[in-house]
Amino acid sequence: MTAASSETEFTARWARLLRAHGSPLHPLKIDALAARTTALIRDGHADQAASALLNAHFTDPELLVGAVELLRTAPSRVPGSAGMFAAAWAAALREKTLRQQESIHTAADSARREAEQALHASEARFRALFENAAVGIGVGSVRGEILAANRALLEMFGAGLDTLQGRQVTDLVHPEDSPEVWTAYEDLIAGRRESFQCDKPYYRQDGEVVWTHLTVSLIRDEDGDPKYQVAMLEDITDRYRLQERLRHQATHDPLTGLPNRAAFFERLEALFAEAGADARFGLCYIDLDRFKIVNDSLGHDTGDQLLVAVASRLAAALTPLGHMVARLGGDEFVVLLERCQGEHEAVAAARAVLAALSEPIDIEDHRLAVGASIGVLERPVGTITPGAAVRAADLTLYRAKEAGGGRWTLYDARTNAAAVSRYSVSVRMPVALDRGEFFVEYQPLCALADGSLAAVEALVRWRHPRLGVLGPDEFVAAAEETGLILSLGRWVLEQSCAQAADWQRRFGPLAPQLNVNITARQARNKRLVADVGRILADTGLDPCLLQLEITEGTALGPLDESQRVLHGLVDRGVTLAVDDFGTGWSNLAYLRDLPISGLKLSSSFVPDPATAGDEDVSWRIISGLVSLSSSLGLTLTAEGVETPETAERLRVLGCDWGQGWHFGRPTAPERLEALILAGATDEKSGAPSPLADPT
Amino acid sequence: MRRESWSPSWIDLEKPNAARVYDYYLGGSHNFAADREMARKAVELWPELPQIMRANRAFLRRSVQYLAGEGFTRFLDIGSGIPTVGPVHEVAREVQPEARVVYVDRDPVAVAHSLPLLVDDPLSHVVQADLTRPDELLATPEVADLLDDSAPVALLLVAVLHFVRDEAGPHKLVARLRDALPPGSAIVICHACREGRPDQVGSHQDIYQRTSTPITMRSHEEITAFFDGFELVDPGIVYLPEWRPDSPGTVGPHPERMAGLVGVGRLP
Repeated sequence: MTAASSETEFTARWARLLRAHGSPLHPLKIDALAARTTALIRDGHADQAASALLNAHFTDPELLVGAVELLRTAPSRVPGSAGMFAAAWAAALREKTLRQQESIHTAADSARREAEQALHASEARFRALFENAAVGIGVGSVRGEILAANRALLEMFGAGLDTLQGRQVTDLVHPEDSPEVWTAYEDLIAGRRESFQCDKPYYRQDGEVVWTHLTVSLIRDEDGDPKYQVAMLEDITDRYRLQERLRHQATHDPLTGLPNRAAFFERLEALFAEAGADARFGLCYIDLDRFKIVNDSLGHDTGDQLLVAVASRLAAALTPLGHMVARLGGDEFVVLLERCQGEHEAVAAARAVLAALSEPIDIEDHRLAVGASIGVLERPVGTITPGAAVRAADLTLYRAKEAGGGRWTLYDARTNAAAVSRYSVSVRMPVALDRGEFFVEYQPLCALADGSLAAVEALVRWRHPRLGVLGPDEFVAAAEETGLILSLGRWVLEQSCAQAADWQRRFGPLAPQLNVNITARQARNKRLVADVGRILADTGLDPCLLQLEITEGTALGPLDESQRVLHGLVDRGVTLAVDDFGTGWSNLAYLRDLPISGLKLSSSFVPDPATAGDEDVSWRIISGLVSLSSSLGLTLTAEGVETPETAERLRVLGCDWGQGWHFGRPTAPERLEALILAGATDEKSGAPSPLADPT
Repeated sequence: MRRESWSPSWIDLEKPNAARVYDYYLGGSHNFAADREMARKAVELWPELPQIMRANRAFLRRSVQYLAGEGFTRFLDIGSGIPTVGPVHEVAREVQPEARVVYVDRDPVAVAHSLPLLVDDPLSHVVQADLTRPDELLATPEVADLLDDSAPVALLLVAVLHFVRDEAGPHKLVARLRDALPPGSAIVICHACREGRPDQVGSHQDIYQRTSTPITMRSHEEITAFFDGFELVDPGIVYLPEWRPDSPGTVGPHPERMAGLVGVGRLP
C-alpha cells in the first residue's frame, strides 16, 4: 500500500465516519469538511481538525470514539495525533458547551427581565386603574379577610386602609341586607358561583349609611380553586334616597302622612299572599261622622286640619298595638290587623279608634267633636279575597252609619250578601251600561206539536268585572228598586228588537217572535209606549213579532197607570203575555181587563213525569189551564221543560208551546240561526232541537 | 398584598421546552436540566429521536435550498426555536445572498437567544408571537413588512404544527396564514405522523404532555389537509428523508421510521 493510497483510503474512511454521524449539512459540505480536516491531520494539526468538527456541530461522543480509532490505526506522519485530537476535542467541546450554556442563560435572563418589565408595566397600569377607578374596588381572600381597597372605596366608607384591611367581609353586615346577599356570598367563596350583584347598604366609619350597587366576583387560581373575591361598589345613596322619597310619596297620603290607599292594598295583598289560609286578619273601616258638616261650614282648610289631627290620634292609638292605619281618601280610614287573634282583637281596635276620637279636637278657635262609624271584619285569610274583605268592611260600616254612627258594627255574612248585591248593582250599573258590560241571550220557545221554533225570549246578562256573568235574577230586582231598570230595559229592547228585525229581514216568515220582559216599574213609565214605538220604527221590526212579558204583579199593580201603558202598547200592534203565571195569588180579573195574548206557566207547575204519576194533580191543573187558554184564545207556554217525556206529556195535554233546557238554553243569537233555518228544511218533529246540547 | 401572588410566572425554566429539547437532540447545549432530563427519557424510549431531529433539520435545509433555487428571497420561519445548526438565513443566502428571513417563536427564551445572533443582520428579524393567534402574528411589524409587497414568501411550518392541539383548530390557523400570503408563495410543512411508528405514538405523546408544548401526532390525511389551496411540489407528501434527498443513498432503508411527513406546496 502506498502512502498516497493509504491517505486516500484514510480520507474516504474519515468522510464516511462524518457522514455516518449525521448532520443536517449537505453531503458535499461534509465531504469538503472531511477533506479539510484530513489535511489538517496530515499536517499534524489534529487539534485544529477537532475544533473544526465541533464548530460544524459534530458533537456526538460516538464520533470521537470513531475518530480516535481511525487516527490510531491509520498511518500518519505525526504520531500521537489521536491523543492530540481527543484532547482538543474535549477542550473545544467544553468551550462550546460553556459558551452555549452562557448564551442560553443570558437569553433566559433577558427574557425573564423583559417579562418582568412587561409585568411591572402592566401591573403599574392596573394599579393605577385600581387606585383611580371611580367605583369602589375591594379585594378579599376567600376566608373573608379584606386585603385591599382602592381610594374610591375608602372614601365611600369614610375610612382609612388600615381600618379596613384585615377586617372580615362578614363584619360589614347591615340590618337591611336581604338574606339572599349572604347566601350568595357563601356560595361565592365556596366556589359554587362566580359572581353576584345586589343593592346593599353599608355603615360608614361615621355611622352614616351608604347604599351601594355591589358586584362581587370570584377569582380562581391556575388549578381552578377559589383564591380571591373582588367586590366592586357603586355609590347609589342619592339614587336610593330619591327612590325612597318617590316610594314614600307614592304610598303615603301627603296631607296626613299616613300610608295611602295604594300602600294599604299592597300590604293587604302581601298579607294574603304570604299568610297561611287559616291565619286571621282584621279590618276596621272607619268613616268620620259629621265630617261633611265641618267641611261645608268651616271650610276645607279646617276640614284638612281636622283630618290631620284625626290621623295623628289614630296613629298614636293603633300603631303601638302593631296595626297599620291608612287613609283611604276623604274622611275614610282603615286599620289593618295582621295575625289577628280573633274577633275580640278587631273589636278592641275599633274601640280604641272610638276612644281616640272621643275627646273633642281643637282646630283654631273651634272645638270639634268628631265621632266615627266603624265596620269591623275579622276572618281567616283563606275565606275571602282582599277586595271582598274591604267591600264587606265598607258595607258593614254603613250599617253602623245607618244605626246612627258613633259605633262599630261587626261583619255579618248574611246581611253582607244582600248588601253586596244592592251595592254592586247600584254602584256599578250606570257605568256598566256605558261600558257595554251587558249583553243579551235568547232562549227558544218551541211549538210542542212539532218542536219547531216559535219564539225566543230575550234575557239580559251582566258580565260583571268582579262577579262574573250575572243573570237577571241577580240584578234586575235591585235595578227595579233604584230605577236603573228604565235605562237598562230600554237598552234591552233596543238590542233585542234590532236582532229580531235582522232575523225578520234575513229569514222572513221563519223569523221567530221576540219575547221581552217588562218590569212593573217599566210598565208604569209613560215613556215606555213612545220608546217601543221609536224602537220599532228604528229597527223596522214588525210589531206583531214583539211580545212583551209582564208579571202578574204588573198586571195587578196600580191599574190606572200601567193599564194605559199596556193598552197603548197593544194599540201599536205589540202583544202581551203574562209571565210566571200562577205564582202571584192573582185575581184572574185582569184576564178580562187587559189585552193579553199569552200565558207562560211557571216551571213550578210543570212536574217531572219521572216522579209525578199520571194522576198527579199538577197535570190536572195544566189540563184545566189548557182549556182556559183555549177558550180565551191565549197561547199557553210551559216553562221549565227539561225532558222529552215532559214535552210529550204537555203536548198530549194540549199545551201550545214549551220553553226549557229540553229545547235549548239561553244562548248567543248566532247560535239560534241553525234552529231558525231548521224550520225551512226539516220535517217538523218533536225531536230535540239542534241546541239541545247544554251551553 | 404581596405582588408575587398576583403575577403568573412567564419564564419557567423548571419546565422542559420543545425548542431547547430540540437543541439537545441536535447535540447543542442551549438547554437546562429539565430539558435534558426530558430529552433523555424520550431517547430512552425512542433511541432514533436524535436522528429524526437531524433528519428534520436536513429537510428544512433541503426545502430552503430548493425554494431559494426557485427564486424565493423571503422566508417566514414559524416555530424557529433556537436556530444554531444551519439557520435558514445562512442556507438561503448560499443561493440568494439578499434573502430576508423573519423568525417567529412563541418561547421568549428562544427569541431572546436569537436576538443577539441576528442583531447585526438587517435582513433577518426575530419576533415573539404565537401561531395559535395568527392575527396578532401577522400584525407584528416585521411579519407585516415581509408580507407587505407582493413578492412570494416561503412560509416554513417545520416541526411546529404538531405542537398545536386540535382544540386550537390548526387547519383554520394555516388557512388564515395562507390567506395572508402573496400569490406564488410557498408553504413547507414537517409534521409528526402516526403511521410511521405507531408503537411509539402513545409514549412519545405522553412524554410531551408534561412539557409546556404537548405534541399531537396526526394522520396522513390530516397532514395533507394542511396543504388545502396549495399545489404540492414533487414528490408530494412523503416521509422526512424521501423529500428531494441530496443523493439516493441518504434516504436510508426505513424512511418511515423518521416518523415525520413533509411536503412543500405552492400557491397558484
